[in-house]
Amino acid sequence: MNTEYISFLDHKGKYTGIRSWIFATDHKRIAFLYMYAIASFFMVGAILGLLMRFELISPGETIMKPQTYNGLFTVHGIIMIFMVVIPGLSAVFGNFFLPILIGAKDVSFPKLNLFSWWLFMIGSMLAIASQLLKSGPPDTGWTFYAPYSTTTGTNVIAATTAAFILGFSSILTGLNFIVTVHRMRAPGMKFFNMPLFPWSLYATAWIQLLATPVVGITLIMLIAERLFGIGFFNPDLGGDPVLFQHLFWIYSHPAVYIMILPAMGVITEIIPTFCQKKIYGYKAIALSSLAIAGVGFLVWGHHMYTSGMSEQARWFFSLLTFIVAVPSAIKVFNWISTMYKGSIDMKPPFVFALFFIFLFMIGGLTGLILGSVATDIQVHDTSFIVAHFHYIIFGGMGFAFFAAIHYWLPKMYGKMYNFKRAYIAAISLFVGFNLLYFPQFIIGIQGMPRRYFDYPPRFQWAQITSTIGGVILVSALILMITNLILGVRRGAKAPANPWNGSTLEWQLPSPPSVENFDEAPVVKENPYDYN
Amino acid sequence: MSEHNTHVEEHRDDEASKLGMWLFIFTELLLFGGLFLVYSIFRMQYPDNFHESSMELSVTIGVINTVVLLFSSMTIAMAITAIQKKNKKLTLRLISVTVLMALVFLINKYFEWGHKFEHGLYPGSDLMQFLERGHHLYFSLYFFMTGLHALHIIVGMILLIICFVKVNKGSITNDKFVFLENGALYWHLVDLIWIFLFPLLYLIS
Repeated sequence: MNTEYISFLDHKGKYTGIRSWIFATDHKRIAFLYMYAIASFFMVGAILGLLMRFELISPGETIMKPQTYNGLFTVHGIIMIFMVVIPGLSAVFGNFFLPILIGAKDVSFPKLNLFSWWLFMIGSMLAIASQLLKSGPPDTGWTFYAPYSTTTGTNVIAATTAAFILGFSSILTGLNFIVTVHRMRAPGMKFFNMPLFPWSLYATAWIQLLATPVVGITLIMLIAERLFGIGFFNPDLGGDPVLFQHLFWIYSHPAVYIMILPAMGVITEIIPTFCQKKIYGYKAIALSSLAIAGVGFLVWGHHMYTSGMSEQARWFFSLLTFIVAVPSAIKVFNWISTMYKGSIDMKPPFVFALFFIFLFMIGGLTGLILGSVATDIQVHDTSFIVAHFHYIIFGGMGFAFFAAIHYWLPKMYGKMYNFKRAYIAAISLFVGFNLLYFPQFIIGIQGMPRRYFDYPPRFQWAQITSTIGGVILVSALILMITNLILGVRRGAKAPANPWNGSTLEWQLPSPPSVENFDEAPVVKENPYDYN
Repeated sequence: MSEHNTHVEEHRDDEASKLGMWLFIFTELLLFGGLFLVYSIFRMQYPDNFHESSMELSVTIGVINTVVLLFSSMTIAMAITAIQKKNKKLTLRLISVTVLMALVFLINKYFEWGHKFEHGLYPGSDLMQFLERGHHLYFSLYFFMTGLHALHIIVGMILLIICFVKVNKGSITNDKFVFLENGALYWHLVDLIWIFLFPLLYLIS
């Protein structure tokens, strides 16, 4: 075998130019493809969100009509959920680092991996097209609740078809990762010799695989309902709109764990590196990922306390919701314990990881308020919910993504970014984020409904604060992305192990070669021992 | 496809391919699982209507189709044994019989559906809107479930035809037949789903 080192970025394959990317089967190149696509979609979604914030700066019509506003929150939701946060971490960092962390040369099915990306792009294009086509953007919210979604004149069919295709792409990625974890581990590496990011990806992949088909069939039923009037969700024909909600949340609640589990995995990698300590409670963290994945399937009903469910069903779902919070808390306690007596090094990735823990805890604890039936009924469908899930999804998954890119960028590109700008961006993101979402908790409790175009003047102080927060947040995003791009273009050359990390990826040159490993790595008992 | 294809082919892993196929089959089962859920809920709500509607279906055609699919599952399983015994000709024949059976199934389905269409019974028809609620839901489910299943039959046929071409070309051989095995697995899945659809729609009353 050729032992001369050529980075995967400079490698000359069968194709050159753009085709060496869009037809690449190398997991690292596919990760880059996902990253560029997802980052672009994220900026589009963020700008749509900012437009909503400008609309809400004063009561009544400010810069757009109510129908435009309905389209905006739907489009913002579809882009952010299906095109950014669900694929986000696993398709980008999972693709890049799963094979490396388990000592493999690639995923099990490289061509299928490329096919997943193509499906992802086709689905995304269709989703974007649904916003621009003649009958106007869908106005149902990203949840597509029946019966409204079966009667509205907007482009619901295009949007749901897009979601179906994106789901299919997600299924294939999950399938690929499960088989990779089972079959591609380096010789001698057992499940409990794997680092914890692969563990979280493995748990996530099972959710992707088992939950996504249910929403797939639900969306097809919705399309058939619109085309043929099959009546499943139409009470006039004997159907039941609440049935749609059940089927939808059977997927879409586990989908929350598709978003957050890999984020927890990233944080679990970052904290030991910057504390120069082994992770505390390895097995507990590994198994809690599986526990979250398992119990996460059984809590969907907590989205529907007010939709009409029996008392027994409600307390049952409430109990399970409290139970699913336990493994998440186990992780948080283990992260904190890892920091205890560690030699903490406040590099940018670690700062992002700390912000993640803080924001995720606010999101998680307010989740308990929503999990208990009595309090949920008070705040159901208010901006309290909006604040809660942005704390989990943006404060959690989003900040974990930022942490991951600051952590692994030197490995992926072999370049280093400017730390000072990274700190400024991180702190402004944190400040902007809290200014934007925290006031929504308060006015949510006071009764501000979600998805409303208008509101009474007594809520204006919060809406203005949120809009200011939104502007800070988007500016900080632009600063952060600029800093990263400048780092990649003109940054200093990064060493192979800039953080003194102890997992397998830091043993490789930056960026890694096409084959990752010239020969299979010698496996160590503890995955945090390769240093 | 691209540069490092070489090592992918070096590391041929039949176990991985089979595991991948099994996982894909799980997703298919859950896809239909959503429909079975809807079926059971509406069946509980409208037991009488569902009973009356199921009388409208021809059990004879259903039985014929069940036998046809079971037989085709057998022939494709035999094809795998044949290729292991290096009998290429027999393998090709058995795959052809399987595809032929699939075609018979579809033709039967065509006549069955066509008969309903003649009576104005199809999704979105005027007649459907005037039916009692339970009847409406039953026939919606009938067309939805058998339609989705027929789509899977077509996909399965395409897979089997690819198997045929590959055996013919010699890229599926006695020591490298995982593609045929996976095609057969998929075909068994299509068969299995029918084994559930048949009693649910035709027999239970």
